[in-house]
Amino acid sequence: MKLTVKNLCVNRAGRRIVSAVSFSLRAGEALVVTGPNGSGKSTLLRAVAGLLPIADGNATLEGCEDDPLREHCHYLGHQNGLKPALTARENLDFWQHFLGSPDSSAKEAFEQLDLSHALDLPVGYLSAGQQRRVAIARLLMTKKAIWIVDEPTTGLDKASAKLFTGIAKSYCASGGILIAATHLPLGIGKTKSLELAPHKGVPA
Amino acid sequence: MGALLKRDILIAIRSGGGALTGVLFFLVVVILFPFAIGPDTGTLARLGPAILWIGALLASLLGLDRLFAQDREDGSLDLIVMQAHPMALTIFVKAAAHWLVTGLPLVLAAPLFGIMLNMEPIAIAATVTTLAIGTPAIAFIGTVGAAVSVKLPRGGLLISVLVLPLVIPVLIFGVAATIGALEEPAPFTAPFLLLCAVTLFTAVLGPLAAGYMLRHSAD
Repeated sequence: MKLTVKNLCVNRAGRRIVSAVSFSLRAGEALVVTGPNGSGKSTLLRAVAGLLPIADGNATLEGCEDDPLREHCHYLGHQNGLKPALTARENLDFWQHFLGSPDSSAKEAFEQLDLSHALDLPVGYLSAGQQRRVAIARLLMTKKAIWIVDEPTTGLDKASAKLFTGIAKSYCASGGILIAATHLPLGIGKTKSLELAPHKGVPA
Repeated sequence: MGALLKRDILIAIRSGGGALTGVLFFLVVVILFPFAIGPDTGTLARLGPAILWIGALLASLLGLDRLFAQDREDGSLDLIVMQAHPMALTIFVKAAAHWLVTGLPLVLAAPLFGIMLNMEPIAIAATVTTLAIGTPAIAFIGTVGAAVSVKLPRGGLLISVLVLPLVIPVLIFGVAATIGALEEPAPFTAPFLLLCAVTLFTAVLGPLAAGYMLRHSAD
């Protein structure tokens, strides 16, 4: 299993935001994308996740060329993808059914994230940090080859950020590929890094 | 897909109000007609099917703007779009859930409003039957409007403007079939079958078009 991104270019509103980015990740490797605000971190991540059209270049997952790359990715963006009216357990059960191939149960994922007490509360009642943890628990519910996480620790306290580090570490140890955009060091040991320079707003 | 249906219905029940608002809006529209055309019970009974149809049609438009916008705001739409499920099927299920929580209550309330309009039992039965078959078509056509306006902060009005012209065939065949069931020379079977055909046609074409739009309007 190897993710190869070659000369990836992404445009937004007629401007080239990401230009000619290349990297490759083998199973178990992690990539940390850094750069100042507006340098295209989220744009790059969304393009790899198939949520933005790629203007030039390509992103492929070796061994899974037949299906689109997005089907093999977990994506955790700025929004959590949770419904405030439903309980945390209902939210996660839904995503587990919808995303397919169950990995661990909501209960196990919650124990890992120290959220067992919040399992049956409506997500709308939880704090921002707790909601983020529920969203992270979603990544554990189904098995996917690639995790694409955008500022995963936003709103988390130190202890919870550490929990995420542990989860990311064991995911990589089990052969997962992780791509994270972050300002803070993830602390998951040896990672590849990619620093995006502030773009100059060149018209595409 | 069952999970999606269950989730959408559960959200509608928990957050509440959607179905009731629709039924109340339907009631208000029905009540407006006697004020506008006068209290003559004969006229009202004759126009009854058309009044119920127009009321149900307008009430069906409420809430369409939230169909995808809500999922987009909380980030669910990204995750839904990324999966291997055919987009058209996902949207079909969402439209079905939407109809069950907003359209079906309108159909169930229609007999009551029919009595208020002094309609004959047979006329009420015919109207309810055609509404039950026709209103899903409005939801399916509505998915296209909802997909087009998903990024707009106030898409509701645009959806109505986009969707209303497209549902005219549903209205024509729905009312024609109802009248066919009541008055002798007018045919019932032909418009009724055409109404069924419109619903089946939009059940396929609406979700396909909306799915294409959502997949290609990413930002």
